[in-house]
Amino acid sequence: MTSAAVSPQLSRPATLAKPRFLEPAVLGVLIFIGAEVMFFSGLMSAYNIARAKVPMAIWPPPDQPRLPVESTAANTVVLLVSGLLLWLAVRAFHKNKQAVVLAIAGCTLGGVFVAVQGYEWVGLLSQGLNMQRSAHASFFYLIVGTHGLHIIGGLVGLLTVVRRLVQGTATLAQLRAAQVFWSFVVLIWPVLYVMVYL
Amino acid sequence: MSATDHAHDDHGHHEQQNFFLKYFWSTDHKIIAQQYMWTGVFMALIGGFLAYAFRMQLAFPGKFIPGFGYMSSLEYNAAVTNHGTIMIFWFAMPVLIAAFGNLLIPLMVGCDDMVFPRINRLSYQVFLISAVILVSSFFVKGGGFNGAWTAYPPLSANSDYNMAPAGSSLWLIAVALEFVAFLLGGINFIVTAMSSRAPGMRMWDVPIVVWMIVVASILFMLSVGPLFAGAVMLLFDQNFGTYFFNPERGGDPILWQHLFWFFGHPEVYVVLLPAMGMSGEIIATFSRKKLFAYKTLLYTVFATGIISFFVWAHHQFIAGIDPRMANVFTVTTLIISVPIAEMCFLYIATLYGGSIRLKVPMLWGLAFVAEFLLGGVTGIFLGASGADIYFHDTYFVVAHFHYTFVPIAIIGFFMGFTYWFPKMYGKMLNETLGKIHFWITILGFNMIFIPLFFTGMWGDHRRIYNYSHFPDLVKNGIMQDLRIMATVGLLIMLSAQVIFLMNLIKTALSKQENCGPNPWKSNTLEWTAPSPPGHGNFAVMPTVYRGPYEYSLPDRESDFWPQSEPPDADKQA
Repeated sequence: MTSAAVSPQLSRPATLAKPRFLEPAVLGVLIFIGAEVMFFSGLMSAYNIARAKVPMAIWPPPDQPRLPVESTAANTVVLLVSGLLLWLAVRAFHKNKQAVVLAIAGCTLGGVFVAVQGYEWVGLLSQGLNMQRSAHASFFYLIVGTHGLHIIGGLVGLLTVVRRLVQGTATLAQLRAAQVFWSFVVLIWPVLYVMVYL
Repeated sequence: MSATDHAHDDHGHHEQQNFFLKYFWSTDHKIIAQQYMWTGVFMALIGGFLAYAFRMQLAFPGKFIPGFGYMSSLEYNAAVTNHGTIMIFWFAMPVLIAAFGNLLIPLMVGCDDMVFPRINRLSYQVFLISAVILVSSFFVKGGGFNGAWTAYPPLSANSDYNMAPAGSSLWLIAVALEFVAFLLGGINFIVTAMSSRAPGMRMWDVPIVVWMIVVASILFMLSVGPLFAGAVMLLFDQNFGTYFFNPERGGDPILWQHLFWFFGHPEVYVVLLPAMGMSGEIIATFSRKKLFAYKTLLYTVFATGIISFFVWAHHQFIAGIDPRMANVFTVTTLIISVPIAEMCFLYIATLYGGSIRLKVPMLWGLAFVAEFLLGGVTGIFLGASGADIYFHDTYFVVAHFHYTFVPIAIIGFFMGFTYWFPKMYGKMLNETLGKIHFWITILGFNMIFIPLFFTGMWGDHRRIYNYSHFPDLVKNGIMQDLRIMATVGLLIMLSAQVIFLMNLIKTALSKQENCGPNPWKSNTLEWTAPSPPGHGNFAVMPTVYRGPYEYSLPDRESDFWPQSEPPDADKQA
């Protein structure tokens, strides 16, 4: 506090005309992402602590079915492309260009990612890898499943906005808010992949 | 940034609502604040009743408890567990953060409503569902959860140990839902304070309580994730036979303690900061003096927030953590007492030389600082790992954290409630009844917990339901006397609340005129709105010209200068 107490600043209100730094919707999503980052950090640190406690670093347990490392790597690329397409869609929308096709393509790839993940889960379950098998399996399903739910949630958000985009009622803030969350779920996946699969 | 450029789709059709839509389906921040507040108070009554039941059992073991009956050991554990859970998650959190945050943030930053009103409504609805689930968990087979509010596995993870299979899962679901509710609310608080401030209100013109609620919300956002992850894992362990916390197949029970306390300690500051902020507002207003060192206070709040993420393991000194780690956490724990002490000093400096008016809100505000200080000082012993080995899990700990949480939750509630009551309802509470209520409550509160410091130091372990089974803890006659004294203190404190209820009824029935917008002659923006504020809050959306604490300026006739009063208007003042 300066000595502003006795020297009223007459020009104050006029200075407030400056534009907002961020749209409220985007700011809200960013704060939510902050909480999500901590949530995933909790899961990841729990995973790493459990892993560090395994004697002689035999991880995952040798009697378990092998995780589909290669197909998931390809799937990771699909998800990253989806994130890129949606980023381009927001850019196009910002420049008043055609964004619908890019957005729909991005959402489709997101859907492909979820479908492939689900297919792999069915395969693993049929090989007898379920949550009760070991702490490793518990963590695998928990972390990948949590991420899968986030992907589905992100897709629902995106599709809501895309529907408005098709109708021509979407705003930049809405599209950006959905895309920012999507970027988060896309970008956290490679980290989870490296940690859990490799 | 006024009413016009907030595209709230709910606006405009609020006038012709029926009772249900107005009070149960409203997106108005003031209604949601009331919902949170009265739900919280209702839950506090349940929590208080549980405290009454188990304190009676401790004072008169095995005797009939009026209103409860005979208490079994399982019921005792369930009562203690749910008392703690309710008081923190269903009373302190909804009242201090959610109710006062909802009420004060839009009014104090000068906007018409929260940025996301429907998310706000959803937040309360999720919270209400969580409260219903928690209360219903008392009545399922096996009774309510009884593994303490910290829910350490393996006790919490396996119903063979806790004998409450349904209760423990319902408890966990309720807590998780409650986190979701406050996550939604907290996003609203932060975004509203960031992007909806009245024209002219710079960051340093925001009243301190708004800052503190925002910082508390940020702390909550950043700390709740790991516990949410832990809660999901514990729920899976309970119901799907996974091994997250089960060492049998590679899990780790200590992991839960880390996830829990990583949230649990910042949580202390999540509930502390709003109460601290309210007492700051009240002390400045009733000292008729500028809040001392506004920016320093703010920096100490930020420091508290940051350091609070590095102290959690002081709850685990005897849980088998590495002693070298214990040293580190001892140091960080002692460091965090510095900013908290600084806040108290700044408030005392605000009082110095002020024209202090001992109205009821001021009494509560001063009591908050004084009593919280006792809680803080006793925390030094527990934060030092060497002393904590002896104090851990004794009644000294119980007394310590009640000296922090009772000022925060109960004194904090009364402080905010009595101060903003005229704003919420347009009437003034009775001062005499308010003062009687204040003194008896404070007397009762100290009478409960001062004896417990002594019993704790003399070795009372905190998780014993019948001390007559432990001859060395009753042999020394005074121990049981002190336990009875604490119970009598609780009865005094609980019965004092009847006076509060009388005050409410008397005020509600009284024919007094509307108290006007600014009965306390305070500066912040909420006092320029009508009492109670209508939909959209302000008759004229305010513009801010100065900081919130311009009291007793030497060259002005009136001793306050509202934030929204134009500079040339003081010629008439």
